[in-house]
Amino acid sequence: MIRNLAEILLSLMGVLLFTTLILLIAGAPPFAAYIHIFKGSLGSLNKLSHVLNAWIPLTLCSCGLLYTFRIGLWNIGVEGQVMMGAVFATAALRLGMGGEAPLFYLVLAFAAGIIGGGLWALLAGFLKTRGGVNEIFAGLGLNFVAQGIILWLIFGPWKRPGIASMSGTELFPINLWLPQFPGLRMSPVGLFLAIGAIAVTAMILRYTRIGLQLKAVGGNERAAFLLGLNPARNMLLAMIFAGGFAGLAGTLQVSGIYHRLIPAISSNYGYLALLVVMLSNYDIRIAPLVAFFFACLNVGSIQLPMMLQIDSSLSGVIQGILVLAVLGVQAWRARIKIGTQGVKGSPGGANP
Amino acid sequence: MEIALQNITKDYGSVRANDHVTMRVVPGSIHGLLGENGAGKSTLMKILSGYTPKTDGEIRIDRGIVEYESPAHAAGLGIGMLYQDPLDFPLLSVLENFKLGQSSSDMTALRIRLTDLCRRFGFTLDPDAPLASLTIGERQQLEILRLLEKGIRTLILDEPTTGISGTQKAALFSALKQLADEGRSVILVSHKLEDVEALCDRVTVLRGGKGAGEMDSPFDPDQLMTLMFGTRPKPPPRSAEAPGGPVLNFTSIHARGGRTGLKSCSVLIRENEVVGLAGLEGSGQGVFLRTAAGLIPPLSGEIHLKGQPMKRQNHHGFKRKGVNFLPSGRLEEGLIPGLTLAEHSALQNGGGFWVRWPGAIADAARRITNFRIKGEPNLSVESLSGGNQQRLLLSFLSENPTLLLLENPTRGLDVESANWVWEHLHRFCAKGAAIVFASSELDEILAQADRVMVFFNGAVIKDVRTQETDLRELGLAIAGRA
Repeated sequence: MIRNLAEILLSLMGVLLFTTLILLIAGAPPFAAYIHIFKGSLGSLNKLSHVLNAWIPLTLCSCGLLYTFRIGLWNIGVEGQVMMGAVFATAALRLGMGGEAPLFYLVLAFAAGIIGGGLWALLAGFLKTRGGVNEIFAGLGLNFVAQGIILWLIFGPWKRPGIASMSGTELFPINLWLPQFPGLRMSPVGLFLAIGAIAVTAMILRYTRIGLQLKAVGGNERAAFLLGLNPARNMLLAMIFAGGFAGLAGTLQVSGIYHRLIPAISSNYGYLALLVVMLSNYDIRIAPLVAFFFACLNVGSIQLPMMLQIDSSLSGVIQGILVLAVLGVQAWRARIKIGTQGVKGSPGGANP
Repeated sequence: MEIALQNITKDYGSVRANDHVTMRVVPGSIHGLLGENGAGKSTLMKILSGYTPKTDGEIRIDRGIVEYESPAHAAGLGIGMLYQDPLDFPLLSVLENFKLGQSSSDMTALRIRLTDLCRRFGFTLDPDAPLASLTIGERQQLEILRLLEKGIRTLILDEPTTGISGTQKAALFSALKQLADEGRSVILVSHKLEDVEALCDRVTVLRGGKGAGEMDSPFDPDQLMTLMFGTRPKPPPRSAEAPGGPVLNFTSIHARGGRTGLKSCSVLIRENEVVGLAGLEGSGQGVFLRTAAGLIPPLSGEIHLKGQPMKRQNHHGFKRKGVNFLPSGRLEEGLIPGLTLAEHSALQNGGGFWVRWPGAIADAARRITNFRIKGEPNLSVESLSGGNQQRLLLSFLSENPTLLLLENPTRGLDVESANWVWEHLHRFCAKGAAIVFASSELDEILAQADRVMVFFNGAVIKDVRTQETDLRELGLAIAGRA
């Protein structure tokens, strides 16, 4: 883990250098830009709560992706799984708009969201194990379908009374909102769930037979089959876990942040989580830290257009370079390993 | 073109694949290169074709010493090799494949050339057919024509008759004879006596990387066998228990897989029996073992295990009936790279939601002691040596198996380890299990098995008790003379 962290820090320094270069070319003062990102994300309790609002779905998706990466699947469909979680949760909450028993409908929404994300992942899983469709293409396709379903719902069956609009469905009544910390736009429920997801994932991957079987199938499907494991069943299981966590993230977006279904409900957190997990070298201990850093970048850079007239997509540039840099370092390390031992090493036990 | 190889030596690390081999090929002749598996035939020809650099020795072409600078250099001198698996491009058409490497890019001219060449050699190739639709034999024909068009004067063929039909073989042989009549040289690498007898003017025999002798046509098969296998003393037959009840019963099984598949195989294997599968690698032994393990579903025919039909059962169903399969690819099929010995132990022991790590580590430690593995419970399996990986795999065989299917169980082990492995395996037999193993070492089969089945081109062509046969007879059967 120390070496992983050292590698990430090394990459970070390289990225800082590169980003500075870009800022200089763009004619912006680099130092000021970094200060704004820092102040904009960690400068006050209120800003920190915004960061955490991004950290929670990122962490949930990252936890889910650890299962699929462990078995060697590239679950690109995680984005669509967040969306379908949000759709199912919205459906449940709409049932509760009458006002009776809000707690029941909130719990129902969470169950529905997890099932929605899980089913959407299972669909990609079946396409993979039964139809032989690569999970990357299946997932990508299903992402577009999920986005289409959301738009159809917003402009069709769930449109606001009177006029349909890109701003989403009608707001839920306030008793269907998740409780918030006093004075902050942030719910303790999400924080609790994210921390719980980290603990549960770490435990399942390390101490249970499921975790071991995922690793075994990911390491060598044929040998795992000969040892008596069922690779297809394990792949579906990993997809259900990933989809379930993604669906949970989608539910939180609906019930805790936006209080309605909007077209951009997933906020690209699924795709971003793929980067988080790769960057953390598939290590559950590092992933939450990387997710926090990404959340800071995202929230902090919102300030940039106003303060320095630079586009806020700078955070995306930084994240992208960071991932490329870390993948470069990993490839470099793997090559050294091959050179010295003649054995191919798989980073962190996950080798998708 | 006259080729002389003098004192060619090739080392792969500490393994000497060719040891001072000398061979001369006269222009206009068909020269055979004969030897059993691992005798060094392919290595020698890869050196001549420039594919692999030699460690020591001289290559003379038309009396001049040449040192290849690249594989293309040998091709430029007019030496072309037809590899066992043709190096072609399945997604391109026949004509496009023919064009590769030719100086001309005029498709119309090349099409006419290809048609002319086909007519000359009696091949029927459709220039516009996708290569993927061709049989191995047709792909060979195309590759030969392509090499001829490139202007080669010496053609090397590595085991060209494996996996092609009888008519294709006849067409191939007549084409090769025609080439020799035109003054080109042909080198035929083979382990099959019938091919060599039908075609070659002269043979060089390799054994254990060294030249064992040369001979001119007509050949005395007995003498060739002695050159190939040497005169080794027959090991004493193992005193085995009498075979018991039926364990595995194949009734006219046809199966796909490998290069040859498995053709009309009917076999009965009984309790306490140790059966060795002999034959050139890829003659159907692997398909036999995998079919018996439930890994390859048969196309037709019936499998009975202990009298029960095994229709539509996968490997796990066979495993529940006590069938254990040990593949030869240890890190490819047997073990899981990246997982430690303890993790393998935990997978093996199964059961329960939680993995009990202290128990798994203790179990791995027990296997390490019992099976004399050099390693630690927390070491990942790819860091073990080949021999230790094999011991670990053996430790995963169930306690009371009914049928053990082993693919090259002692490959890469030193003599002492191999003996230890066999001592361990015979203990299963004493408990009533049947063992079926494939091995490329005839000595091992004669020493350890009660019964030998020889595979040739996907079929069992000989099935005898070990006491009633010898190296020479088995060698002949491996070469296709049952």
